[in-house]
Amino acid sequence: MIPTPDLSHLTRQDYEHVYEPAEDTFLLLDALEQEASELKEIRPLVCLEIGSGSGCVSAFIGGILGPSAALYLCTDINARASRCTLTTGRQNKVPLESMIASLALPLLSRLKHSVDILLFNPPYVPTVIAEAENAQGTADIEGSWAGGIDGMQVTDIFLQTVESLLSAKGRFYLVAVKENNIPDIRARMSDRHGLQSKIVMQRRAGREHLFVVQFFR
Amino acid sequence: MVRLITHNLLACHVKNCTSNNFPLAFKDLGDTSLPAEQPDMIDDEFLQKLHHVLLEIHVEEGSMVCPNCNHVYPISNGIPNMLLAEHEIG
Repeated sequence: MIPTPDLSHLTRQDYEHVYEPAEDTFLLLDALEQEASELKEIRPLVCLEIGSGSGCVSAFIGGILGPSAALYLCTDINARASRCTLTTGRQNKVPLESMIASLALPLLSRLKHSVDILLFNPPYVPTVIAEAENAQGTADIEGSWAGGIDGMQVTDIFLQTVESLLSAKGRFYLVAVKENNIPDIRARMSDRHGLQSKIVMQRRAGREHLFVVQFFR
Repeated sequence: MVRLITHNLLACHVKNCTSNNFPLAFKDLGDTSLPAEQPDMIDDEFLQKLHHVLLEIHVEEGSMVCPNCNHVYPISNGIPNMLLAEHEIG
């Protein structure tokens, strides 16, 4: 069993501005743990997490693969989250390369077809459009959950770049809820980008029916 | 922590800045252990220097400048800020 990353260095104040790991995070960790042997087999060199928040997920994948086995790149639009990601890496002895960035924008041209493990637990909660836009603009904790129409406003932008990032053996893990219309996401990724997919894990947590979907070539 | 292997993956993404937008220039990095051109002989000594430069140098404070549009991406407390202003987003 892979231990859950140590987050004891993060404080109440951090969690006022940065998403605290919750059921959705733990579902993603459980899914990655289930996939651990398969992930090790593809010998990933580049891992990229979008919206790394506390850094919990990237620290966990670093625990699975080993701290120097791959390059662990993490982006977040929220500067406080990037700080937490960096310190979580230190706390768990995984060198997380944390940067403040929107999605993968500054990495797209250099990481073309180079990312072996791509992770995104997006703001998936359906809200009004303005709420999601405003949340991304202010880059605070609301941006970690407010997802606009169908909860897909931010995810949809990123999905358009997934194919260009994934390596030949690459795998993209996306957290989603039922309201995001997962059959539609999978059909679009297949029709427009030629990516296959499967549901790795699903779980009901309170009102949310959560899924982890894996996309691959 | 900005290691040079990470810097090597970042390009300027300001709207319409699509050529000569890589590599972003460091100011005064001060490490001259690598030759400017790739040597003919790749020996252990060279690989060790390359390993040191790519993976062991951490830039904590500074900035990276786009050679094309001169956009400055600051690095503070080991974290690069790659965000753009509204009018710069493509």
